[in-house]
Amino acid sequence: MAKFKKFWKNANFRLKAGLIITTIFFIIGFVIYFFPHEDPFAFNTYPNKLGASAEHPLGTTNMGQDVMWLLVEAIHNSLTIGLIVALIGTVVGVFVGLLAGFAGGALDRVLMLITDTFVVIPSLPILILMTSLMKGSSTVILMALVLAMFAWAWPSRQIRSMALTIKERDFIHTARFSGEGTVQIVVTEILPFALSWSLSNFMNAVLSAIGSESSLAVLGLSPGSLVSLGNMIQWAREKNAIFTQQWLWIGSPIVATVVLFIGLFLLITGYNDYQSMKRGR
Amino acid sequence: MKFRSYFIKRVLTWALTIWIGVTFIFFIPRMFPSDPVQNMIAQITARSGSMDPAQREALESQLRVQFGLEGSLMQQYGSFLWNGLLHFNFGPSLMSYPTPVNDIIGRNLPYTVCLSLFSTVLAWTIGNLIGLLAGFRKNKRSSKILEGIAICIYPVPYFIVALIFQIVFAFILGWFPLTTTLPASGDAAAFWAALLRASILPAVTMLLVGTGWWIISMKSLAGTTAEEDFVRYARYRGLSEGKIGRSYVFHNSILTQITALAMSLGGVFGGSIMTEIIFGYPGVGSLVQKAILSTDYNMILGCITISIVAVSTATLIVDLIYPFIDPRIRYS
Repeated sequence: MAKFKKFWKNANFRLKAGLIITTIFFIIGFVIYFFPHEDPFAFNTYPNKLGASAEHPLGTTNMGQDVMWLLVEAIHNSLTIGLIVALIGTVVGVFVGLLAGFAGGALDRVLMLITDTFVVIPSLPILILMTSLMKGSSTVILMALVLAMFAWAWPSRQIRSMALTIKERDFIHTARFSGEGTVQIVVTEILPFALSWSLSNFMNAVLSAIGSESSLAVLGLSPGSLVSLGNMIQWAREKNAIFTQQWLWIGSPIVATVVLFIGLFLLITGYNDYQSMKRGR
Repeated sequence: MKFRSYFIKRVLTWALTIWIGVTFIFFIPRMFPSDPVQNMIAQITARSGSMDPAQREALESQLRVQFGLEGSLMQQYGSFLWNGLLHFNFGPSLMSYPTPVNDIIGRNLPYTVCLSLFSTVLAWTIGNLIGLLAGFRKNKRSSKILEGIAICIYPVPYFIVALIFQIVFAFILGWFPLTTTLPASGDAAAFWAALLRASILPAVTMLLVGTGWWIISMKSLAGTTAEEDFVRYARYRGLSEGKIGRSYVFHNSILTQITALAMSLGGVFGGSIMTEIIFGYPGVGSLVQKAILSTDYNMILGCITISIVAVSTATLIVDLIYPFIDPRIRYS
């Protein structure tokens, strides 16, 4: 607790704001989500097209779904996809980056050529092709795996350049001369460095994965029964919520996405500033 | 010598990017159990009524040739690279059979290229200028407000910004058409006027999201550069602030931004696809959407191959301009 207080005192405004917003979303997605409620996806649970009321704070949809619980479920699923993709991307990225940085030579060159390719390749068209082939049969896990294919390249580049600078530091030489093996050095000496570096990459990957999933949803390519932020926007669009001016229905997922993205972005830039301040720059 | 090795490495990465991308595109559909030819025949029969077996068989073998589905996997791969990648020949489109896919893409591509090119170049220029000013005068109130606005726009996905604009400016205020409808016939002036009116919202969307990023990144770059020793030295020499900003801070920060521009093009293209879809703008994005809705694989394949080639080539061009701006690569 004292540690947290000290952290909070040193944290900059962006880090604080980002942390608060992100925490609120995580509470909605992983605490409030488990409060007992009706299945929000089931049709005709409630009367259609209700406005805001005490019972339905965000009203109901054309299909008689409660918008608030739909939103809670969407936040839960979108965050879950983001976290899975970011986890896979970071683990693979750290592994490839460390491998390339420490092995050097031909392996390094080949790995970096492939990494560079994945950094510049336009990911959305390939995602469109893959998901359009899975149309109907895709699941959340499959979706996350497909998105993860484009999440490892950037961290792997970053980690490699970090590995190259750390490799020459004194404490690594000390460890080597005391007889530690390469694997042991990587695990005990390098990985702690890599992890604090990967944290902002990780949050970035969460953000871009949620963004890609919602883009695919707007194309009708996200799994049809998956309640995600993107799908929720797409369903409301399909049912002409704009023309019938059901602003609560179409507006709530839009506002939630915007606030979540700004929150995550503030967290990332705030964290980066905080780290560079700690390093004394 | 240094320039030559830089050049060779970039061209190699370019070729490899396209090759990996296209190989992906080739092998992924073949890992899925469904047979595109059977799907197509089913769709053609559904549209044009019944077909006798002989006709059906003839069509099937004709389609197999057209799709490059004859022979072994390696032969297919070879002919895909030869026809698709080297000659941009993707066979007929299903949704407007038998018009070739590349004719249709050829009609739609200029819209996307113009939209992306215009908004990228403008966003990069405006964003870097504002970012430079904001980073150079970090503590001014206006700098902080500008950065705050940029932070609120940049992280939001393109299609959400597009959707908000569509709701506010097209639906509520009614200043712009909800979707793009271009007059099919009539005089050129009416066509261009309609196109211009329909292009404003998509262009502004892409411009805003793009500018946001360049402001944020340039501000932090310029802020760091402004504290370097050589800038301090320039101050001690008594150079004017304008001169320091232009020749010292700008020159050193813009190099990073050119590399960043090359890296960002793939994302810009994806953003352009999404923006087009929201506004029904007649570019490659809308084409992809229509192709997905009518499961036109030739069209999806064609659009995606061309977009990979286009984005990689644009990236290559930006990267090759780099040595002309960074003297360290030109002379060694």
